[in-house]
Amino acid sequence: MIQLLKTNSVWLLALIVILVSPLVFSSGFNISLMGLMGIMIIFALAYNMLLGQGGMLSFGHAVYFGLAGYFTIHFLQQMESGSIGYFPISLLPLFGGVVGLFFGVLIGFVSTRRAGTIFALISLGFVEMMTALAFILISFFNGEEGIQGDRFIGPEPFGITYGPGIQVYYLIGVWCLIAMIAMYAITKTPFGRMSNAVRDNPERAQFVGYNTQRVRWLAFSLSSFFAGLAGALYALHFEHIGYQASGLELSGEILLATYMGGIGHFLGPIVGAVLFTFLKGTLSDLSSIWYFYLGAVFLLSVLYAPTGIAGLILRHEPVWKTDFRLLGKMALPYLGALIALVIAAAGVIALIEMINFATDEYSSGTIIRIYGIGVETRSFLPWLAFGIVALIGTGLCKVTFPIVTRNWNDVMDTVKERMLR
Amino acid sequence: MNALIFSIFNGALYGLLLFMLSSGLTLIFSMMGVLNLAHSSLFMLGAYFAYSISTVVGFWPALLFSPLIVGVIGALIERYGLRQVHKSGHVAELLFTFGLFYVFEDVVQMVWGKVPVPYEIPESLDFILFTWLGLGYSAYRIFMVLISLGIMVALYWLIARTRVGLIIQGALSHPNMVGALGHNVPRVFMMTFGFGSALAAVAGVLGGNILGTEPAMAALLGPIIFVVIVLGGLGSLGGAVIASLAIGILTNMAISYDLSFKTFFVVLGVNPEAVGVGKDLIAMTSGSIAPILPYLMLVLMLIFRPRGLFGTRDV
Repeated sequence: MIQLLKTNSVWLLALIVILVSPLVFSSGFNISLMGLMGIMIIFALAYNMLLGQGGMLSFGHAVYFGLAGYFTIHFLQQMESGSIGYFPISLLPLFGGVVGLFFGVLIGFVSTRRAGTIFALISLGFVEMMTALAFILISFFNGEEGIQGDRFIGPEPFGITYGPGIQVYYLIGVWCLIAMIAMYAITKTPFGRMSNAVRDNPERAQFVGYNTQRVRWLAFSLSSFFAGLAGALYALHFEHIGYQASGLELSGEILLATYMGGIGHFLGPIVGAVLFTFLKGTLSDLSSIWYFYLGAVFLLSVLYAPTGIAGLILRHEPVWKTDFRLLGKMALPYLGALIALVIAAAGVIALIEMINFATDEYSSGTIIRIYGIGVETRSFLPWLAFGIVALIGTGLCKVTFPIVTRNWNDVMDTVKERMLR
Repeated sequence: MNALIFSIFNGALYGLLLFMLSSGLTLIFSMMGVLNLAHSSLFMLGAYFAYSISTVVGFWPALLFSPLIVGVIGALIERYGLRQVHKSGHVAELLFTFGLFYVFEDVVQMVWGKVPVPYEIPESLDFILFTWLGLGYSAYRIFMVLISLGIMVALYWLIARTRVGLIIQGALSHPNMVGALGHNVPRVFMMTFGFGSALAAVAGVLGGNILGTEPAMAALLGPIIFVVIVLGGLGSLGGAVIASLAIGILTNMAISYDLSFKTFFVVLGVNPEAVGVGKDLIAMTSGSIAPILPYLMLVLMLIFRPRGLFGTRDV
């Protein structure tokens, strides 16, 4: 029993986090946000089955997410009108998954014939078609408005009505845990390994006797299943779905979230989804150009941190496995670099906000509040001041970053030495 | 009849714009194997720069300087962006240009605002050049056709008949050999990227005032040029010509004739009575499905002829 607990300690921890979080962050907004995080975790992990594990870059994975959402809402509507019998709401995500799987199998047959750039282009074509269809097949997608359903129907097993948001949160939490375990298990199966092989060296995989297209197709279908599951939960969460949830916008967002979280490790998409949802929920109110920052950070991430946040953290794994105290050596350089980065970012962000304020035809007056101070955009001084801050920050970065690299190399040398001993 | 010619003319015009965009993209793709997803953003930048320049010194300098500026931007993107991510593989390159797409859209909104800018057709060309079969052909549109045809011929001549073209072609297939012969291959790449970007900007200068200069224009046109280069066969300039014209004319005809599927059924002698999605399907007109026609062609092409029209190998 204890052995069983030990090997599954990570999942136990995840379960505790899921159960306890709403007690800590108990406001309605937070619970809704955390529900969305759970949905995005499933979606990001599903997406990473393609990008990280299968090497397929898709620009249109929201198609399966969105279609499942639309079908779920229609299911709810039909149930309400009585034209189909009762189906437990708690199991509706499974229905969404099947919808995702169906379209994944269908479209995957065409799109997974090729990997790489062509796969990416086809996914782009399908997502554009999907968006266009949402405005043509009005009776199903209802164009710009989208469709609405009511999850508060039918019998109430154990008093679960899905009226209050907290119940939906726990529904999402349970499904999120199940999906996480299932997707983790898939990476350990022979198929999961084969998917990696097809990503890294398709010719060799073919030579060993595997049909690379079929492996990609299977990965695509499974990924669409989980995307559909997430889509159904999304539909239940908001009781509404629109063309944005099946279009290029969400597809791009899940790509960014997954990539910045880290596509090389199972934890990456989870980190990315949580962080992305949090930032979107909070930052998009603070700045009207948060998409610009998102894109800029993404570019920097592709250039300088292609392993994502999870990769940056797990880079230290050999260090703490050798000697935890070695991490202490890195603490000071990291702190210095972080401070330099914050100063540089503060200056640059202030300048960008001022430019945006000055050019935005919707902004009123000439005074913008940055970091709690009112700044007159028409006078020269604030521009100069923030410019100097940005320059100082950049200069500090130039000084501190090499120190980090040097210390890191020292630490790695020590680690290697100890390993050889 | 005259309506048909007019709609073919307008379709061909749109197709030529698409060609100018896709030719740059095809050049870059066949050279570096990287598909620049931000290519349509450079087109948009071209249009915006043209607007800004033309408000100060007029249209003609804009036609020269806007592509120059965008060309330099393109070269810088290659030098300081793509060349860095190249070692991480094609997916990283695609992701990088995808990120650029986001950033450019917001930069444009920051600099020029969120609403369309009034980039107008130059006055010196804003008149009806001639009238044929009762329909007037605008001088500006004829001018656009001439410029695009000129670029098409010049491009062919440059690639196939000049020394520079030979080096480019060589760098495509045998970069190491060309490097060994003393040519700076990374610089050839950078120049080609800049040149392709400048071509996109020319399309922006010429098309921005007809299609509308707004922050969403990159997102509207971007996916279609990818369809063009897949349909034409990746890396084939000739294929890009045919595919651009085909898509341009087809979508234009679909919109201007606006055939309804219902009339089709009525002609067949059946009077369909359907509800729900079936009703929507019957109510579809060729105009309403025009936006998805290119993608439909893409999917069909990939099923039946994966190498595209003129591709030499399967994509």
